[in-house]
Amino acid sequence: MSHPTERPPIVEMRGIKKHFGAVQALRGIDLALQNNEVLGLMGDNAAGKSTLMKVLSGAYIPDGGGIFIEGKEVHFTSPMNARNQGIEMVYQDYALSNNLDVAANVFMGREAVRWKLGPFGVLDNAHMELETKNLINRLKIRLPSVRQKVERLSGGQRQAVAIARATAFDAKVIIMDEPTAALSVAAIDKVIELIQELKAQGASIIIISHRLEDIYRVADRMIVLRHGRKVCDTKVEGELHDFRERVVAYMIGARDDFADETAVSQGSGGSR
Amino acid sequence: MPAQSSKIRNLLRRFGLILSFLLLALALTLLSDRFLTSANIINVLRQSTINGIIAIGMTYVILTAGIDLSVGAILALSAVMTANLLQGGTAVPLAIIIGLGVGAGLGLINGLIITKANVPPFVATLGMMTIARGLALTYTGGRPITGLPDSFRTIGTGVVGGVPVPIILAGAAFIIGAVLLTKTAVGQYILAIGNNPVAARYAGIAVHRYTTFVYVLAGALSALAGMILIARLDSAQPTAGLAYEFDAIAAVVVGGTSFAGGQGGLGGTLVGVLIIAVLNNGLNLLNVSSFYQPVVTGVVIAVALLLHRALR
Repeated sequence: MSHPTERPPIVEMRGIKKHFGAVQALRGIDLALQNNEVLGLMGDNAAGKSTLMKVLSGAYIPDGGGIFIEGKEVHFTSPMNARNQGIEMVYQDYALSNNLDVAANVFMGREAVRWKLGPFGVLDNAHMELETKNLINRLKIRLPSVRQKVERLSGGQRQAVAIARATAFDAKVIIMDEPTAALSVAAIDKVIELIQELKAQGASIIIISHRLEDIYRVADRMIVLRHGRKVCDTKVEGELHDFRERVVAYMIGARDDFADETAVSQGSGGSR
Repeated sequence: MPAQSSKIRNLLRRFGLILSFLLLALALTLLSDRFLTSANIINVLRQSTINGIIAIGMTYVILTAGIDLSVGAILALSAVMTANLLQGGTAVPLAIIIGLGVGAGLGLINGLIITKANVPPFVATLGMMTIARGLALTYTGGRPITGLPDSFRTIGTGVVGGVPVPIILAGAAFIIGAVLLTKTAVGQYILAIGNNPVAARYAGIAVHRYTTFVYVLAGALSALAGMILIARLDSAQPTAGLAYEFDAIAAVVVGGTSFAGGQGGLGGTLVGVLIIAVLNNGLNLLNVSSFYQPVVTGVVIAVALLLHRALR
């Protein structure tokens, strides 16, 4: 696929490192996402999946390594930074303000205002409600009303609102952390359809999931992390059964495609 | 019918507070022929202006799931400093601006300690409470500063179009506060932070900045309340505003704003302020011993909390 004349990946992370106290959560991870690609990110608990994506979304600041968007290096110091560069993340617990309505959540941090007095902008609620309606129609989401408070929505509907927010502002990259973890089977199908719809509309997506079927259904390529390292980076293909066995082998450490590189990098001044 | 009862619950949730206020007013009208007179109503409103203005800032703070125990002490310190400036011949507008600045500045310190040093609001503002009170006492040597210029006293005693100036000021503060909270992005950020600060940060909200802002607002409004107080009394006491934080918290809680943050608003607080003021006024009119009055107020607060919880 990758060809020297092709344009650079929409997002590239090189040698990302992050530690929390004595715990080395990320030990130098490389990740590239091509335009209009769906990338599945997998691994056991504490493999570093969410940490890596929180680095990309600006929620965590990495200790080392670089992030490049369409070939240009960027430095995120906050989620707003990353959102302004077109990186949107749907967090595992949805990260919505349950006391506010759907439209307010979709536009949170990016409110449309009618006029401004210094830092105080008067909200243009009519505009935001209309835009939200258009957005959820485009994504084929069904919600009772965009003025409904989020606390009155079901888990699947909340996930849809969180995804809608991530797609509302022409995001370059949409990251989803376990988008199906807390949902019923019917709601999972809805979210999978939504992801397929987003891909059809041209989005580039990274999905963290521990549900291999979900990755198998939507992802073009997958990366497996183990103990803060990348152990696999390959296309999603073949039968579901074989795919499952292959992924599990990487997750439990029976296979490792990058073992040699690690030995070299750890030999030359690794942390342990 | 479950649908019927949930409808009634909804109505009670929306109008229960104002209904209890009207019932209280009705009872006092029947019990005392002096209650429903324009002189008494103006009196009640004027008495509630100080608590009302402080309660606006307290509402903002509690909406972020915080608390500000320092409002009474900030009131005292900014009041004695303003009074001292006025007696030293500082122009009235300048003295007012400096006084408000002192209140806002102390609020800023509260906010920075809470957000940057990650100190719980209860502890940070408790510290500010004792520090500001101590500074007010030190600054004055424990003595009141008496005798303020007439032009300054207008903000406490003046009347415009038949309405006392403090009521106009408090009314304006409520309207501006309510518009800010319900019609602007900043208001939404404050509600979002109170509901879930982590989610607000992930959405790109500058959580520290807006959390600090509510304490600045609370400090500035406390200073404003202090000026109205000393203008009315023609005297600034270093012990002014003692325990005012609790009156303000009571009004906010009676008004239905949740301590958990993110739920409530200034409409409720306004009614809460009025309920407490009317209650005290009614107990006075009925010649209830002043020793009993706090007991009654406390019972009302407890009942209001229980009702809010039951209706949620």
